Amino acid sequence: MTLTTPDFPRRAAPSESRPVLTVENLTVVYEVEHPVTAVRNVSLTLARGEILGLAGESGCGKTTLAYAINRLHKPPARIVDGGVVAFHDKDGTELNLLTLADEELRVFRWDKLSMVFQGAMNALNPVTNVRAQLEDVLITHRPEMTKAVRRELAASVLELVGVDRTRLKSYAHELSGGMRQRVMIAMALLLEPQVMIMDEPTTALDVVVQREILREIVRLRDELAFAVIFITHDLPLLLEISDRIAIMLEGEIVELDTATNIYNSPRHPYTKKLLGSFPSLTGERGSFIRSGVSDDRASDTRTDHS
Amino acid sequence: MTAVEVIDLSKHFTLRDGLKRTSLKAVDRVSFDLTPGRTVALVGESGSGKSTIARMLARLEKPTSGQITVTLDDKTPVSGSMYRRHVQMVFQDPFASLNPFHSIEHHIARPLILHHRTHGRTETHQRVLEMLTRVNLKPAEDMAARRPHELSGGQRQRVAIARALAPGAQVLIADEPVSMLDVSIRLEVLNLMARLQREDNLAVLYITHDLATARHFSDEVLVMFRGRIVERGPADDVILNPQHPYTKLLALAAPDPEKAGKIVSAEAAPDRKSLDNQVTYNHYTKQWTDPAGAVLELA
Amino acid sequence: MTDLTPTTEPSIGDAPDLLSAAVSDAGFKPRSAWRALLPTLTPWLAAGLGLVGVIALFGIIGPFFVQDPTIIRNIGLTAPSGEHILGTTQTGQDVFAQLAYATRGSLEIGLLVGVLATTLSSFFGILGAYIGGFADEAFSLFSNVFLVIPGLPLVIVISGFVPRAQRGLWTIAVVLAITGWAASSRVLRAQTLSIRNRDYVSAARVTGEGPLRVIGVEILPNLLPVLASQLVFAVISAILAEAGLAFLGLGASNSSTLGTMLFYAQNGFALPLGAWWWFIPPGLIIALFGTGLSLINFSIDEIINPRLKNARLYRKRRMAALRNAS
Repeated sequence: MTLTTPDFPRRAAPSESRPVLTVENLTVVYEVEHPVTAVRNVSLTLARGEILGLAGESGCGKTTLAYAINRLHKPPARIVDGGVVAFHDKDGTELNLLTLADEELRVFRWDKLSMVFQGAMNALNPVTNVRAQLEDVLITHRPEMTKAVRRELAASVLELVGVDRTRLKSYAHELSGGMRQRVMIAMALLLEPQVMIMDEPTTALDVVVQREILREIVRLRDELAFAVIFITHDLPLLLEISDRIAIMLEGEIVELDTATNIYNSPRHPYTKKLLGSFPSLTGERGSFIRSGVSDDRASDTRTDHS
Repeated sequence: MTAVEVIDLSKHFTLRDGLKRTSLKAVDRVSFDLTPGRTVALVGESGSGKSTIARMLARLEKPTSGQITVTLDDKTPVSGSMYRRHVQMVFQDPFASLNPFHSIEHHIARPLILHHRTHGRTETHQRVLEMLTRVNLKPAEDMAARRPHELSGGQRQRVAIARALAPGAQVLIADEPVSMLDVSIRLEVLNLMARLQREDNLAVLYITHDLATARHFSDEVLVMFRGRIVERGPADDVILNPQHPYTKLLALAAPDPEKAGKIVSAEAAPDRKSLDNQVTYNHYTKQWTDPAGAVLELA
Repeated sequence: MTDLTPTTEPSIGDAPDLLSAAVSDAGFKPRSAWRALLPTLTPWLAAGLGLVGVIALFGIIGPFFVQDPTIIRNIGLTAPSGEHILGTTQTGQDVFAQLAYATRGSLEIGLLVGVLATTLSSFFGILGAYIGGFADEAFSLFSNVFLVIPGLPLVIVISGFVPRAQRGLWTIAVVLAITGWAASSRVLRAQTLSIRNRDYVSAARVTGEGPLRVIGVEILPNLLPVLASQLVFAVISAILAEAGLAFLGLGASNSSTLGTMLFYAQNGFALPLGAWWWFIPPGLIIALFGTGLSLINFSIDEIINPRLKNARLYRKRRMAALRNAS
C-alpha cells in the first residue's frame, strides 16, 4: 500500500518542469540462501534542483535502491527485469541507465550523476594528497583540460565546500572527519553533475559538524541547482532540508509527499510511528514515558521483530 | 537499594609520539551521584569521555584518580566481590555484546549462576524464562533456545538488559543503549528501561549523544565536553535554558522538525575553539564553578 | 587514484532484521551452536573428504592386507604385473606393499607434527594475546624470532647433528613442530586480539566471569574454525616437509614414509631407468592428500568468512536461473 501525491509543488526558482531522473518499477533481489527482495517495485521522480529525502530504517532497502540506480550493486544483489531508470539530461537526451554499456556508464557516472557514500570519509586515498585526488577525477573525465585550468578548478571547488585552498596539499589523515566529508562532497561536485546521491553523509559526524555540512549542501544546491537524493534514517533532519520526502519500509515506498505535509499530516501508520520516535527537543514529550508505565501495546504496522 | 557516588574521577592516557609523551585527559575530575529511582543522563559527543566513565564504573578500566563509592541503603559500602552484583552495564552495540556462539539461555543463566541467584538447573531455567518474559521477549521458551543472530537488534538489546538485571543489579549503566537500534524501536526499549526502573527502583546512568532523548528520559542531565562536566541540572532546565556555550551549541545543532526550512539561518553559532571546559554551570545552585569546586563570578 | 567505488557495500549482513524475518518465514528451526560450525557439504568438500578418507584408509588398514615390503627378491626392477600390482624395486621389494606402509608412516608424522605445532602456536598465540601487556609483547617477540629462522636449513642442521641411531620418528616430529609453529601463532594472535576487544568479551567480564572461563567459553568457540584451518594447514606442511627431509636422506631412521620411498627411488635411479611405478605413486599420494586437505580447508574458510558462502550460493542460483531460462 503506497500513498503518493501525483504532482509535486513548484519551487520558486527552477525554470524547467521536466524531472531529471525517473525510476519505474525497480525491484532488486538478494540471491542468498533464502532470497530476499530488498527493493520492491519502487517508482519515483526527481525534479530538477530538488532535494528528495529518502527515509527509512536499516533493511528497508534505501541504500540498495541508491546503488541500483547507479548500477553499483554487486552480487548477490540482482536487478529484476522490467524496471526502468531514466535520466533526462538537461540538453535533451534520455538515457536508460539499466541498459547502458559499461563504457557509456563509466562516462555517465560522476559527470551527470555522482554519489557520496556512507563512510565516504574513509574512502580517501591515504597516500596521495587532496589535490592529486581531485585532479585525478578531472584527468579521467575531462582529459582535454589543461593543467592550469585543472588546478584552478580543484582549488575553487574546494573553497566552494568551505575548505581553505591551502589544504590542497594535505593528506587524508591530516584532516578532521568533517573536512574529509567536505572533500568527498567537493569530489562529487567537480564535474557539475545534475544529480547527487548522498547516502548517510553525516551519520558518523558530530551533530555540530553535521549542521555545518548540511548548511553547505543546501547552499550549494541553491547556487548550482543540482538535485539531491538524501538518504538517512534521521527524519527530523530531512524535514529541515528536503523539498519532498519518501518513506521506505521493507523495500517499498509507503509515503511520498512534501516535507510540510509529512510533518503536519502524515497518512501512513509507519510514517506516524517514525515521526513519534523523535521527541522534540523543545516541545512536548511525545510518546516517551519518563516515569515508567506499562509499555505493552498491540503489535504495530512494522512487522514486529522487536 | 544501592547508590553510587562518584568523586573527582579522572582517567589519563599517555600518548606516545616517538619519544615525546603527552597525557590525554579523557576524564578530568568528574563528580556525580546515582540514586535509586532516578535517571541521570550523561550527554556528550564522541571523544568527550562518557564511555570511559561507563567503563570505569563497570570496572573494565582503572581510574587514574578519584573515587567510586557504592553504598547500600544503610550506608554500608559494597565490597569488591559484590560490586558486580550491584552494578551492571548495557552495551551500545546489540550485535557485538552477545556471543554468537551461545544461546540466549546461556547468556542469562551465567550471571544467575555466578551470583548464586538460583540453585539447580530447573530453578535457573525457570528464572531465565521469567526474565525473558519481563523484558517482553515472548514466547520465552522459544527465545531462550535461539542464538543471537536469529534475533533482531531490538530483541538483542532486550536480552542485554535482562542479562544486566539477572544478578539483581540495582545500578544500571546504559552506554548509548539505543543509538544503534532502528529509530522506531528506540522508543520501546527506552520505555522498557523506564518500566524496569520503576519496578525495581533502579539507579540508572543513561549515556547518550542525543539531547532529545536525554531530556525526555532522565531526571538530571550532565553535559560533558572534553572530559569535563560543563553543565549540570534538572533535564528541562539544562536543555531549555542552557547556560554554558557548549550546551547552547549542542541545542542549536540538534535537528528540530519545528525549524523546517530554517537550516540556512543566520544564527551565529559559538566558535568551537573558544569553548572553555574549565568552567561548569550548576543549575541547582545557579553558580559557575571551576574544576576544584570554587565558585566563580562570571558576567 | 582515489577509490570512488564504495568501501561499504550494502550486503545482506546489513539487514539482519530482514534476514531473520526471511529465515523465520521459511520455517527454519534454530540449529545448535555446534551444528552451525560445520561446513555445508558441497562437491568440493565431498571430493576433499573422499580423497583424504580413501588415502587415510589405505594407510591405516592397507598394511594388514599387503605382502611384507621388506622381502628382497632377486627379480630386480620389474614393471607392474599380476603378482606385484605396482611392480618391484631394484631389490625386488613389492612397491605396493611399501606404499601402504609408507602412507601410514607419512600420516603418522603428519598428524603428530600437526597437533604438536598447533598446540605450540595456540599457547603462544592465544594466551599471550589474552593476557596482553608484557606477556603479549614477549610471546609475540618469541614467535617472530622463530618465524624468521630459516626452517629447512635449521631442520637439516638439527637432523644432521643428531646421530642416525637416535633420529627416530619423535625426534623428527619435534624438530618439524619447533620450526613450523610460528606462522600459525601470528594468525591466532591476531584473531584473539580481535575477539578480545569485542563487546561480548567485555560483557562477560562485567557479568563476573573469571579469565579462564572467558578464554574457554567466550573466546575459544569463536576461534575454532580458525584453529581447525591452522591444524589442517600444519598437517599438509608437515607431510611435505618430512617428505623433503626424507628425500634428502635426513628423515627418521627407523620409519618408512613416502619421502623415504622417493629417496630410495632416487638412489635406485628409478627416473633414468624409467621405473615410473616406483616414484610416481608416492608423489601422487602426497599430492592427492595435500589437495584433499586443501579442499577441506576451503570449506572451513566459508565458515570463517560467510561472504564466501553467499558468493557461492549466488553463482549457483544464477546458473540455475540461466538454465531454466534457456
